Amino acid sequence: MFKHFISLQWKSFWRSASLSSGLWMKIFMGFWAVWFVLMMMGSSFIAYKYIEKELFLNPLEVVNKFLIYWFVLDLVFRYALQKMPVINIKPLLILPFNKNKIVSFAIGKTALSFFNIIHGFFFIPFSMLLVASGDAPLLNVLLWNIGLIALIYGNNFLNILVNNKGYLVYIVSGIIIILGGLHYFGYFDITQYTAPFFQGLYDSKFLVLLPVLIMIALFVITFRSFRKDLYLDSGLASKSKNVKTENLEWLDRFGKTAVFLKNDIKLIKRNKRARSTVIVSILFLFYGLLFFTGAVKVYDGPVWRIFAGIFVSGGFLMSFGQFVPSWDSSYYPLMMSQNIRYREYLSSKWWLMVIATLASTILASGYLYYGLEVYLAVLVGAIYNMGVNSHVVLWAGAYVKTPIDLTSNKKAFGDKQAFNMKTLMLSLPKLALPMVLYAIGHYAYSPYAGYVLVGVAGIAGFAFRNIVFNKIEQIYRTEKYKTIWAYKQKK
Amino acid sequence: MIAIYNITKTYAGSTVLNIEELEIPKGDSFGLVGNNGAGKTTLFSALLDLIKPTTGYIENNGIVVSDSEEWKSSTSAFIDESFLIGYLTAEEYFYFIGELRGQNKADVDALLTEFEDFFHGEILGQKKYLRDLSKGNQKKAGIVAALIGNPEVIILDEPFANLDPTTQIRLKKIIKELAADPNVTVLVSSHDLMHITEVCERIVVLDKGEVVKDLITSEETLKELEAHFNK
Repeated sequence: MFKHFISLQWKSFWRSASLSSGLWMKIFMGFWAVWFVLMMMGSSFIAYKYIEKELFLNPLEVVNKFLIYWFVLDLVFRYALQKMPVINIKPLLILPFNKNKIVSFAIGKTALSFFNIIHGFFFIPFSMLLVASGDAPLLNVLLWNIGLIALIYGNNFLNILVNNKGYLVYIVSGIIIILGGLHYFGYFDITQYTAPFFQGLYDSKFLVLLPVLIMIALFVITFRSFRKDLYLDSGLASKSKNVKTENLEWLDRFGKTAVFLKNDIKLIKRNKRARSTVIVSILFLFYGLLFFTGAVKVYDGPVWRIFAGIFVSGGFLMSFGQFVPSWDSSYYPLMMSQNIRYREYLSSKWWLMVIATLASTILASGYLYYGLEVYLAVLVGAIYNMGVNSHVVLWAGAYVKTPIDLTSNKKAFGDKQAFNMKTLMLSLPKLALPMVLYAIGHYAYSPYAGYVLVGVAGIAGFAFRNIVFNKIEQIYRTEKYKTIWAYKQKK
Repeated sequence: MIAIYNITKTYAGSTVLNIEELEIPKGDSFGLVGNNGAGKTTLFSALLDLIKPTTGYIENNGIVVSDSEEWKSSTSAFIDESFLIGYLTAEEYFYFIGELRGQNKADVDALLTEFEDFFHGEILGQKKYLRDLSKGNQKKAGIVAALIGNPEVIILDEPFANLDPTTQIRLKKIIKELAADPNVTVLVSSHDLMHITEVCERIVVLDKGEVVKDLITSEETLKELEAHFNK
């Protein structure tokens, strides 16, 4: 019976419209996967050697101290990114499949997820180094690994559970925030209790049973909750809540553009996927901390300031803009059969991005704490974003023909179809150009000259607005039939 | 008036639409019937310039649809759920369409009151997004949205499907009223021969993309259609 499921999955993967779309995308996917694997393996070696040679500490003990954060981060990433095991369950329900089989396949499928396997690329080289050093007996290292694997899979099941039961999100994240807060303010250090536990996995022979039992328990709970909800009116039902009609008449001052602006604001407010762009932009607000606090050594070069400035103010611009017009994919035929002025449609999106960039810039004023020069980087980054990047991003988006499922949040980051050669080429002026401009000014004259150059380039960008909008209109027109066709293909 | 010249549509070698010439005069109520895959939706999509015919062209009111967009302000359609904006409430959706078609809120409200019967209290004031309405109610909203802004050409693909009997009867009345207006051309497709003979003055049967019958509706039409499909 599993044979049927697997062949269904196999077909749904290979026959999906997105995958058959091109060789480039496959290469890109492969590239990222290899990149992550190499990063993990590399950091495993570096961490081991660094702790041993530079800090003169026992690598195992140090890693054990930090493992709790590792698992918490893992859970957070999973919650944000991991796809839920929804094989098309509805049509299977009335077929002669045992319900337990359906559930165990759906859950079992997640076991092969990249999110589980990636850990291996850190822990296996690390364990090999431990054993090779000669101090660590193989058996203990193995037990330690089994414990970690059990916890990783525990996270896997916990994530499924949390995704299915909305209230658990608040409980789990509440616990994490409270413990993190207590640690930060120095009241209670959870690592004091968890480090010995992880160490114990290695030292004692029986402690490993605990994580294994936890994993089994989580699996059983997940299984039961999944199994119980396998009805059209419970787990498989689409949830709806009472909503209000909104008129947003105050936006009418934007004239013709307001028609679309009102819609776009509702789009962002009411759809999970679109809302995540707002969350991304908030995350990017904090991205600058890595640069300006000197937390990451590689980023200390002055040119990286502009890089940071672009991201701090432009998180929304990049995450939202790259999918115009895909946001409207589910009703694109409607839009195309109405008498729409592309210009008004585009300028609505453009205004949204400009407003969001301005808001981010104001919120980023906290960076004044690190000095005026730092905030200036954000400021010129914002000018460049509004003048140049807002147009470039819309232009690149015109080539992206990925239908977006607004109601689902998965795949929100780095949508794989978003990569094609044209969008890739267009991403260069977004980041590289301002950095080059700044470098010229900085090294030829002074930091302020660099800022002026970038700022002037940004202002000059406004002059090209009409040209770029015309170009995008043209793309929308010539690609119209292809786009409609592509949006009809459901993933 | 709508005129179709030498339209063909070919997908990977198989022709799904092949119409040499077809004219639909202004004010007509035009019915399209045919089995699945006969090319009804393809024809309507081509009329709306949503797909590009392999050969030939279509004129709407003297304008070639793929060359200009002038026809859009006088033409409206409801083909499928991709004509709905799922995250809007029905009211918001109607006002949005209204704004696109140059109608203010009061105009739209006035139009909506005419359809209170048709809505049967299940569309307006529902505190639900369109995506959470049932298929039938979504269809009601989509059909009425296609009537906003006094369109001269109205295209409805399978409007009767998914509707309950009461609503079907009310929809027939609405279409008949529209058809009575000499300025309004209505194009309807359906699988229901009874409905279509009742509301359309002219019925075209498509089979594998070709026009096989072109009838002016009369007493015998229903029998003739039944005989045709009972082969």
